[in-house]
Amino acid sequence: MLYDGGHYDVIVVGTGHAGCEAGLAAARMGAKTLMLTLNLDMIAFMPCNPSLGGPAKGIVVREVDALGGVMGKVIDNAHIQMRMLNTRKGPAVQALRAQADKPVYVQEMKQIIEQEENITLRQAMVNELIVEDGVCKGVVTETRAAYYADAVIVTTGTFMRGKVLMGDLEYESGPNNQRVSVKLSEHLEELGFQLTRFKTGTPPRVNGRTIDYSQTEIQPGDDKAQGFSFETEKYNTEQMPCWLTHTNANTHQIINDNLTQSAMYSGAKRGTGPRYCPSIEDKIVRFHDKPRHQVFLEPEGRKTEEYYVQGLSTSLPESLQHHIVRSVRGLENAEIMRPGYAIEYDALVPTQLWPTLETKKIPGLFTAGQINGTSGYEEAAAQGIMAGINAVQKIRGKEPFILDRSQAYIGVLIDDLVTKGTREPYRLLTSRAEYRLLLRHDNADLRLTELGFELGLINEERHEKFLEKKRLVEEEKDRLYKMIVKPTKEVQEMLTKVKGSPLKDAVRAYDLLKRPEVKYEHLESVIESNESLPQVVKEQVEIQIKYEGYIKKTYEQVGRMQKMEEKQIPENIDYDQISGIATEAKEKLKQVRPLSVGQASRISGVNPSDISILLVYIEHGKVAKLAN
Amino acid sequence: MEIETIAAISTPIGEGAISIVRLSGPEAVEIANGLFGGKDLLQVDSHTIHYGKLIDPETKEIAEEVMISVMRAPKTFTREDIVEINTHGGIVAVNRVLEMVLESGARLAEPGEFTKRAFLNGRIDLSQAEAVMDLIRAKTDKAMGVALRQMDGRLSHLIKKYRQELLETIAHVEVNIDYPEYDDVEEMSHTLMREKTKKVANEIEQLLQVAKQGKILREGLSTAIIGRPNVGKSSLMNTLVQENKAIVTDVPGTTRDIIEEYVSVRGVPLRLVDTAGIRETEDIVEKIGVERSRKVLMESDLILFVLNNNEVLTEDDKNLFEAVKGLEYIVIINKTDLNQKLSLAEVKKLAENKPIITTSLIQEEGIEELEKAIADTFFAGDIDTGDMTYVSNARHIQLLKQAKQALLDASRSLELGMPLDIVQIDVTRTWELLGEIIGDTASDALIDQLFSQFCLGK
Repeated sequence: MLYDGGHYDVIVVGTGHAGCEAGLAAARMGAKTLMLTLNLDMIAFMPCNPSLGGPAKGIVVREVDALGGVMGKVIDNAHIQMRMLNTRKGPAVQALRAQADKPVYVQEMKQIIEQEENITLRQAMVNELIVEDGVCKGVVTETRAAYYADAVIVTTGTFMRGKVLMGDLEYESGPNNQRVSVKLSEHLEELGFQLTRFKTGTPPRVNGRTIDYSQTEIQPGDDKAQGFSFETEKYNTEQMPCWLTHTNANTHQIINDNLTQSAMYSGAKRGTGPRYCPSIEDKIVRFHDKPRHQVFLEPEGRKTEEYYVQGLSTSLPESLQHHIVRSVRGLENAEIMRPGYAIEYDALVPTQLWPTLETKKIPGLFTAGQINGTSGYEEAAAQGIMAGINAVQKIRGKEPFILDRSQAYIGVLIDDLVTKGTREPYRLLTSRAEYRLLLRHDNADLRLTELGFELGLINEERHEKFLEKKRLVEEEKDRLYKMIVKPTKEVQEMLTKVKGSPLKDAVRAYDLLKRPEVKYEHLESVIESNESLPQVVKEQVEIQIKYEGYIKKTYEQVGRMQKMEEKQIPENIDYDQISGIATEAKEKLKQVRPLSVGQASRISGVNPSDISILLVYIEHGKVAKLAN
Repeated sequence: MEIETIAAISTPIGEGAISIVRLSGPEAVEIANGLFGGKDLLQVDSHTIHYGKLIDPETKEIAEEVMISVMRAPKTFTREDIVEINTHGGIVAVNRVLEMVLESGARLAEPGEFTKRAFLNGRIDLSQAEAVMDLIRAKTDKAMGVALRQMDGRLSHLIKKYRQELLETIAHVEVNIDYPEYDDVEEMSHTLMREKTKKVANEIEQLLQVAKQGKILREGLSTAIIGRPNVGKSSLMNTLVQENKAIVTDVPGTTRDIIEEYVSVRGVPLRLVDTAGIRETEDIVEKIGVERSRKVLMESDLILFVLNNNEVLTEDDKNLFEAVKGLEYIVIINKTDLNQKLSLAEVKKLAENKPIITTSLIQEEGIEELEKAIADTFFAGDIDTGDMTYVSNARHIQLLKQAKQALLDASRSLELGMPLDIVQIDVTRTWELLGEIIGDTASDALIDQLFSQFCLGK
């Protein structure tokens, strides 16, 4: 017998990084939201590395923040170190990375959710979905509660049929020895979803008291106040360092001698692991000529001695892990607190989703996060907020909220997933974004705040502040454009100082700032300065002016694709009726059901000639005829 | 997928002993059969050829003696049913056959439509399709060779090589961005980047150089003969036509003086401007002035500028020198059989290091030197067409030019000291443009390269 748990607008299953953003977005848009978790003490838990951000991912955190998400705010309050990476490179690839204080992160997020008015937070195992007439209507828990809702967002991470592997030891488990979710996985299969088996891994953790830091290199954070959220004003500058050491010939010998004992090398057929997150076994086998690999020792928090041993992800037996760890310089006496392991889990083949993250098969059912074949906390959060938004948009009969590839890394992520699918756990890389120069960390607010405001996720006050910043940027650009800088002694001296060539004639301040060697601060020192201008505005002005030519070029590139993106493919198109499209392409098109020709052109296995034919058909209006 | 049957004359008009009308589409065989007085073509095997007569459906008279090839889908060029009707050469017979098939229900094909169908039906890829287009238009044996080689994928092969080189460079920059802390990956430097982009830029430049020749091979070198009256322009034209095999034969109904003459001079096809044009150049400068005549002459790939050995240099001659300044030209001092009155020193001074050939066209002297000079001008003296890959297609040339420009932009950014990830925007653009030539723009290639080239991960 089931009992009636009540009716909600949105139910979120899981409270990892996807679930938290999904639930909060839905609730803040005014939806009555139920959030269910297997373990209340593990909300927004980081089962693997204790860091957030970095190239591409750091920009995603800012995008989530600009849309009104919480990840950026939470990490700003829960880190032990922050660093801006790639500072010597261009503005588009700079990104912030934080080392998280794991327990604090969990507490912060839990409290935010608890305090959210529209959210009911409850511990429960979801076993089934309620599907009526092919539409998702709610969920059923292990404790026999039936909860009803207009939209359900499943964010189960690596819990579905999770299996921990360590040498020849294997047992059913979620990450970090949590309960595994088996029934939901089976249920999704019964509903006709195609699942795939992925794998990921984590390294051992050691006790910091047993590390000989004198044998390692210190990796401090930046000596600078900075944060992810555009709203953060109080910065935590009390930082803890990380430490760098390396594997050596001895480490490699131990691993090579015992490869067959690795769960992943034992010959048994296993899920696909990510190339960008290889185990130490993988690294040694695939790049056997490398004499050493880096190992970073990262604290997991201020009130714990646990250290994450980044670089030693492994599925070798525990007994060997001791030897491997102790073969590394500085870790000779290190004590393992938790061994590393590999984990296998079920993921949904993401081409079964619309770009809104709603499943094509069952309307009302959304999925987000690692269940969709991604890896990474940031990728999960990005999908979470998008699923939350779209669930509410759908309930209210509003337009889907889809970001395109030139708007956000979030757009790149979701388009890649639903269009190309993925054969390994998907991680965002800057190289996946073709319009990288537009998708910068410094302009995430300029790109997305307005959208967040329209959705009701950004409040009036923040919006006003945002508009003010935008106005200041435009005014300052205008001021510099009108200002003429003459080749005075002062100017020439400044130019000599920055190793620039001297001015021959008077130029616009705007054009002087275009020179790569001339920073805003240099310019400011020789012109009438605008002292009241906030640093972020100066920075924005400099980037927009300095890279104007390149930004323009990127927009032209966007424009070239735009025509294809705008060419809609009718939803009821019957690809079987179009002869001339190759069989493989037909199968792919039928599976992905792209919404635009642009999206179709990104499907692997769909050739330019298939696209030409598709275009010919669409243009001749034959599609409509065939579909009728 | 296409429902209409198309037809067109698929051999160059006026050339060769045989002309062919080709039909493609579902009704190709039926249409041909309706006109054919021989076997029932609906019953014959695919890929067979049949002799017979075409009967004009209106007059019921025998219209033409023909050979008909029947090729059924899908093993045909367009992957549709194809019929080829071989008729006698010349323009009359083939036009009549075309008219008959059009009256029987076929539609006149648009230029390149057969190829387009082949492409749309997945028969050939884009660069092949374009090579076929060129093949159709190929005017000389050499141009034919170029188009064939391209279809074999030699251009594709080269482009793929350049792309791979660029991809490795891009991957290197990417890995520095996405894994900034990995010390076992060497940091890509401005110097290294400059080296890599320069290398590919040079290779593209070379391709463009031969592309110029490819265009010439296909269309012929547009050649103008200029000079004052009575210096020997007509003799020069006649000599070139007589000495060399004329490519285009006279077509009935036309006269020699309004068609262009194609001659092949040591493998360089010349398209000599029509004789009327030559006549006008006699006083072109006088009539329209130096500036405007220059514009006319600039459309020529080569100018043969004839002077009279027997006369001193006139003001008109000097004006002509002014008009051809900076263009591709050869000075021909004709009439060496007569007394020299022309100052060679003066000519040399005006001729900007361009070749100067002395001839006596009447005595057939100096012609070989002239032909050699023509060949040298466009093949830099060394013709080795067998080993060259020509880019003979306007779209390819356009894309290559854009690719070269993108690499130039990249070098400019390097000089300015822009960060490498900014420079890389143009390098990636180059990679994409080259990809467009061979129809390959798959973006996963970069990610794959990244992980195979470097040991990455946490």
